[in-house]
Amino acid sequence: MEKIILKDIPNLDKIDVYISNGGYTGLKKALTGMTPDQVIEEVKKSGLKGRGGACFSTGMKWSFMPKGNEKPKFLCCNGDESEPGSFKDREIFEKNPQQFIEGSLIAAYAMGIGAIYVYIRGEYWKWINIMEEAVADAYKKGMIGKNIMGTGFSCEMYVHMGAGAYICGEETSLMNSLEGKRGYPRFKPPFPAVNGVWGNPTTINNIETLANVPEIINKGGEWFSKIGDPRQPGTLLFGVSGDVNKPGVYELPTGIPLIELINDHCGGVIGGKEIKMVIPGGSSMPPLNREEALKVRMDNESLKEIGSYIGTAGVIVMAEGTDVVNVIRRVTKFYYHESCGQCTPCREGCGWMLKVLNRIMDGKGRMSDLDLLISIAENIEGNTICALGDAAAWPVKWAVRKFRKDFEAKITDKTIELPVLNKVHGLMKSPDEYDTITLQSEQEVVKELMGNVQELTQSDDVKRFSS
Amino acid sequence: MSNQNYEPVFDENELKTVQYHISKYPKPMAAVMPVLWMIQNKYGWISTDAMKYVGDLLGLPHDHVLGVATFYTMYFKKPMGRHHLQICTNVSCMLRGGYDIFDHVSGKLNIRNKEITDDKMFSIEEVECLGSCGTAPMLQVNNREYYENLTVESVDKLIEDLRNR
Ligand SMILES: Cc1cc2nc3c(=O)[nH]c(=O)nc-3n(C[C@H](O)[C@H](O)[C@H](O)COP(=O)(O)O)c2cc1C
Ligand code: SF4
Ligand code: FES
Repeated sequence: MEKIILKDIPNLDKIDVYISNGGYTGLKKALTGMTPDQVIEEVKKSGLKGRGGACFSTGMKWSFMPKGNEKPKFLCCNGDESEPGSFKDREIFEKNPQQFIEGSLIAAYAMGIGAIYVYIRGEYWKWINIMEEAVADAYKKGMIGKNIMGTGFSCEMYVHMGAGAYICGEETSLMNSLEGKRGYPRFKPPFPAVNGVWGNPTTINNIETLANVPEIINKGGEWFSKIGDPRQPGTLLFGVSGDVNKPGVYELPTGIPLIELINDHCGGVIGGKEIKMVIPGGSSMPPLNREEALKVRMDNESLKEIGSYIGTAGVIVMAEGTDVVNVIRRVTKFYYHESCGQCTPCREGCGWMLKVLNRIMDGKGRMSDLDLLISIAENIEGNTICALGDAAAWPVKWAVRKFRKDFEAKITDKTIELPVLNKVHGLMKSPDEYDTITLQSEQEVVKELMGNVQELTQSDDVKRFSS
Repeated sequence: MSNQNYEPVFDENELKTVQYHISKYPKPMAAVMPVLWMIQNKYGWISTDAMKYVGDLLGLPHDHVLGVATFYTMYFKKPMGRHHLQICTNVSCMLRGGYDIFDHVSGKLNIRNKEITDDKMFSIEEVECLGSCGTAPMLQVNNREYYENLTVESVDKLIEDLRNR
């Protein structure tokens, strides 16, 4: 398969190598032979959809930008890449930074934009340096700056370093962060194309999205639209991690069967084990169980059919034996940590879900916790300013639904220590002489000792929860 | 510890860099993140006086700078060890033994999350995914270098190397 972004050309990160392999011909073609509208039409025709998670049509997004130059317009390139399981944009910075720069310049031309900001997460210090150098090289070659290639088109490009906040990948939070504020997401509408960074029309695109653009202009939208699944054409940079033999970033056409990705490209599951669970597109996406993982194809529409999404194509594979409850607890801890705190359902709900999951992990869970988790998740979902709320709710809600047995097992198959019984009966042996007995549930212990008298009530639940 | 402080000053060159950062954006407020990075790179952490200083440089209210500095986790609001080890325990790292690495380092240095060793040489922090999931488990040192595909042995060696640096 021919690759569009991670091409097998040595030293492609060097601008001279990039140019001698046809680099910047796309920009030249656009600037000298196409009107901005024609560029947007070509991108629409290609069917390119955003690679930052929401899978929105790129050409459509560009066409929302107002024409004319009453106000300055901006392009923000989203290199925040903080979604757990995603590590693909970093590969572009490292292996083919100029193609991304070229793509963003073409985008700027198409929308009449005069300044581009590349927002990169602060932890990517090494890759920020790489990008600053790449931008400086492109300036030196006259690809960025005033009067690019003598065509009269001018555009500046700056790299902006984040400082550790997952939420700044959300587009409106990114704009606030760029303005020098706390990274609080903004209410939409107004949409960025109308009122974006510094109150000006703004487009936000992912790094991988933009890196696809030069080839679309070079080879035509129609060529691109025939690669992979027609409903989401092109290639994806699949970042595969977890229990596979060869984790890494693989550029493959959309629509490839997940199992082919895992077995043929990533060397299969570690130890030849069965798949237990797969998170298909970064930790926010509803997880898949084994049956789903075996049959699904990796494009947004196919995943949607089974209730998940392609997200950032960050695939986390978990083998048989993985503690699903612990994985979901860890994911929830992440969202709890990263919630910006503006919306009550997200701020409090993430904390509640984490508390419940923690107590299940501590062997103190009860069956009603499972419905409680789903209920909290559903009260977050759709009730928040930004999609972080949904991102936190989905993994919990769907894991409890799809892996209910695992959760139930955690709640029932536990060892209950005798001191618990002693508390009930007031029979205290010496403090360090703890016997343990295994029973099916706390309820059963109570029944065993006290007959059927003490049902654990909902109000107990609440009391425990708040303590 | 939190009553530590220092008086920040930028020299002429650094002030030029501040001007450069301001020039990149339509409004000077946007320079607050790069200038806070300059402070942290110079002094290792960001004191309250440093926040005031940045506010005065950019013409921003002090509380705005405080708000920004406290929102972002990579800005240290107190001194860290000379080698600050940021160990990822998020899912992909966890599946590959991220917690084993964390517990090992924590035990070896005898400090818990966000604590500093008595000799101020090391501090550790449990961090979220650093975009290195394909080479998990991993850690980052001082917000900068990535160390990937870690094992207990390689992390032991890393700590020795850092100690001698
Ligand atoms: C909580 C949250 C975090 C996000 N993080 C990122 C990110 O790190 N990188 C990214 O490109 N998009 C991220 N997005 C999606 C962006 O909001 C936006 O949709 C995307 O950058 C648009 O680019 P695209 O159309 O090219 O996909 C995030 C969204 C949310 C809700
Ligand atoms: S959903 Fe969460 S992260 Fe998003 S704005 Fe609300 S509180 Fe902040
Ligand atoms: S989970 Fe550790 S780097 Fe992504």
